Amino acid sequence: MISEQISEKPKSKYSITRLLRENSKAQGLFLISPTNIYLFILVVLPLILVTILSFLSRGTYGQVEFKFNLSNYTRLFDPLYAKILGYSLLVGFGTTVICILIGYPLAYFIARAPARQRSLLLFLILLPFWTNFIIRIYAWMIILRSGGLLDSLLQWLHFTQAPLNLLYSPTAVMIGMVYEFLPFMILPLYTSLEKIENSLLEAAADLGAPPWKAFLRVTLPLSVPGMVAGTILTFIPAMGMFVVPDILGGAKTILIGNVIRNQFLTARDWPFGAAASMVLMLMTMVLTLYYTRKAGFGEELLV
Amino acid sequence: MKSEYAVEFHDVVKIFPTPEGSQVNAVDHVSIQINHGEFFSLLGPSGCGKTTSLRLMAGFEWPTSGEVDINGEKMGRKPPYQRPVNTVFQNYALFQHMTVFDNVAFGLEMEKVPKDEISRRVNEALEMVKLPGMGRRKPKQLSGGQQQRIALARALVKRPEVLLLDEPLGALDLKLRKEMQLELKALQEQVGITFIYVTHDQEEALTMSNRIAVMSRGKTLQIGSSVEIYERPNCKFVADFIGETNFLSGTVKTIDKDRVVVALTSPEQEINGIGIGNLKIGQRVSVSIRPEKVHLLDDDGSEVVNQGIPENQLKGKVIVTAYIGSDTRIVLELGPGVRMKVWEQNAISTLDPEAYYSVGDAVRIFVPYDNTLVLPEDIV
Amino acid sequence: MSEKKPSLWLRIYSILVYGFIYAPILILIIFSFNTQKLNVHWEGFTFHWYGVLFNDAQIILATRNTLLIALVSTLVATIIGTMAALAMYRYRFPLYNASETVMYIPIVIPEVVMGISLLVFFVMINFNLGLSTITLSHIAFSIPFVALVVRARLHGYDKSIDEAAMDLGANEITTFRRVTLPTIMPGVLAGAMLALTLSLDDYVITYFTAGPGSTTLPLRVFSMVKTAVTPEINALSTIWVLIIFILLLIGQIVQRKKA
Repeated sequence: MISEQISEKPKSKYSITRLLRENSKAQGLFLISPTNIYLFILVVLPLILVTILSFLSRGTYGQVEFKFNLSNYTRLFDPLYAKILGYSLLVGFGTTVICILIGYPLAYFIARAPARQRSLLLFLILLPFWTNFIIRIYAWMIILRSGGLLDSLLQWLHFTQAPLNLLYSPTAVMIGMVYEFLPFMILPLYTSLEKIENSLLEAAADLGAPPWKAFLRVTLPLSVPGMVAGTILTFIPAMGMFVVPDILGGAKTILIGNVIRNQFLTARDWPFGAAASMVLMLMTMVLTLYYTRKAGFGEELLV
Repeated sequence: MKSEYAVEFHDVVKIFPTPEGSQVNAVDHVSIQINHGEFFSLLGPSGCGKTTSLRLMAGFEWPTSGEVDINGEKMGRKPPYQRPVNTVFQNYALFQHMTVFDNVAFGLEMEKVPKDEISRRVNEALEMVKLPGMGRRKPKQLSGGQQQRIALARALVKRPEVLLLDEPLGALDLKLRKEMQLELKALQEQVGITFIYVTHDQEEALTMSNRIAVMSRGKTLQIGSSVEIYERPNCKFVADFIGETNFLSGTVKTIDKDRVVVALTSPEQEINGIGIGNLKIGQRVSVSIRPEKVHLLDDDGSEVVNQGIPENQLKGKVIVTAYIGSDTRIVLELGPGVRMKVWEQNAISTLDPEAYYSVGDAVRIFVPYDNTLVLPEDIV
Repeated sequence: MSEKKPSLWLRIYSILVYGFIYAPILILIIFSFNTQKLNVHWEGFTFHWYGVLFNDAQIILATRNTLLIALVSTLVATIIGTMAALAMYRYRFPLYNASETVMYIPIVIPEVVMGISLLVFFVMINFNLGLSTITLSHIAFSIPFVALVVRARLHGYDKSIDEAAMDLGANEITTFRRVTLPTIMPGVLAGAMLALTLSLDDYVITYFTAGPGSTTLPLRVFSMVKTAVTPEINALSTIWVLIIFILLLIGQIVQRKKA
């Protein structure tokens, strides 16, 4: 009889297992604690250290001295660094705008494609991005360099006479950035465009709107959540980028990310680098909060 | 070592926090005794506590206070896998990543039954639910009715003391549901174990059960056989919930043992009935008259008397007739705003339109006094 | 959206954009077979650079490191991240909101900032920079992504199958092993894939936590790109693309077989 089998089972001696079994809060805490502990030690704590570091000073030989100091932050208001900060914002903004301009029609195209083709088309956009991103930037390097492929092509087509010297210029950086972030803009845009029900556009037509007006007054506003999600995925990382400016931008194009990198590796002014990081983080958080407030944290991000 | 009852609730209370921050008594001081081998139903509208009660038996919830006993043994805070009961879930809860065979065998695996015996018993179970040979299929390849039977087989193969069924037929279409009701009933009688069945469908409960517990807002209102619940509901809610009935309101005029005279509000007249519960003179009551218990006669003035007590007579005008085939359903207007449903069997086959009531006819209705129930006005 | 035929302009435009996306990769591949060193003109077809690649000891070491780090970090991050996803989806516990916020930090923070914070941390506790610090860092940024993916896939999980398992005699651990885990496995694998990709590809955080001795493939490629540009890099890129392509193909075949 089953009841006999069950009465044979020994009662759990340890209170912890019983607690875990009976109390759902305990179960939840048990499952989340590895994450909490790990992330606290390796994310929260380091960030706290950086915050503290940003208020300290740099000693003569590059070591950190425990002297409270606001100069790191005031230094950031120097025209030199203020310009770099402003430039980073500009690059982020520019990248986002260009990505929207280039990506929107493509997202629209895919959203309008027959259902079976859509996942293939999306897959084709993602495929190159499974390769290492440095490789992709390197590819642009060889295309854009003086006397390189782009120059050869343009000269062969008689569009230009002399090499364009595109590499190591802000233009090259922008091209690289846009190339990197395009899929991050296309995917959320596609997701929100795809959700727009056909019946809405039919209703607009029924009520007398020509296609371009229907687009402006119906499609475009409804695709805003996608644009917001894409912006979060583009603007914010773009601001902190240093690899693309490093490879494609040369000495002329420096973003805040490069400044931070330099402070920690070459210039060895850690407190200053920490302060710059704090400012970058602050800008990031403000923008993230602003955008998520605006659109509500969308599932577009979870594509 | 059989105990007296298969399942027993001793003053069980289960409290849940509500999303607004307060609490609700999902099960409110419930005491039930369920006999071995019974087909026992928990019946009530959604939110009445029937599913929670079932889950308390299964071990998915533990009582806030009170005791749940199964086969005489206190369950306390025992988890489901230590209880001699098995559940058939409303949405079947079949393991999609396993074959039908593995689904049914799962419970036996947990008991560490040897492989060949598992094989034998699983095939037996599949035969019992009339799905032999389905072992290698995956659940999503089966229809709703078939999945339901696999869920049944999976639970029965373990030969539990008690089988708990949580509205298992809810997702099936009407015809299939009615078939399955009879099949389940037959199965229960064949296997002989206690079935505890949760449903909101009173017809289903009446069809299948030995006894029914009618629940509302966490309390059991009445526990009894189908006949008892239907013919002698103990309160207005039960009378209303089970089958169809008419309610006429009034106040108690006289009480003579169980015979109560009620002064109706509208139409203004007196009516005799059986009093339910402790009624007092002057108390507001609802008189319950079931539509099929009413006799219709043309209004020609004669009286009907039974054993010296005049049968309850009311006069009315036909305002709706509906010919259902086996019976005719008529709605009468007894007074301003007072309606009564009457069902009359079409016992005689005729095409003569004079034989059927039409709208506007004046009729008298008679209700035997012991088909008239006087119930306290408050709905639980 | 409706499936009306898109206008011709839109189609031309889309082809151009796809071309823009694929051109650099194709150029890389083509020029990996070029005899000329400078990636400018096409001279002749050769496998020479592949030979150089396979004999490059540093590349081999870097590849080995990258794979090792990726494997370890994926394994750990997937386990911890899945646990976190289950916790966030199913339970309410004190610190729920705080835990969620902390989990989002590595996702919204700029990589540079996370990189330098880890550098500062490791230096301050005197932990030598090397493969272990890289791995620890990879785990840190992978956990939230795994948790996010698994949590999204947990949507609509039917709790009653877990209850059914326990009803049939399985205790909590057996239920998880035999029912819950197999059911969420596709989501867990998706999370693991993401963690793997993030680790294999990572440059910035690895850059700050690698220290002088250790190198991974992305780091090596970067330094090659900055110093001596040879078609060896093209060869590496081509092989990389090829491997990814084959893996994705296998993935597609496996998916077809399951259905």
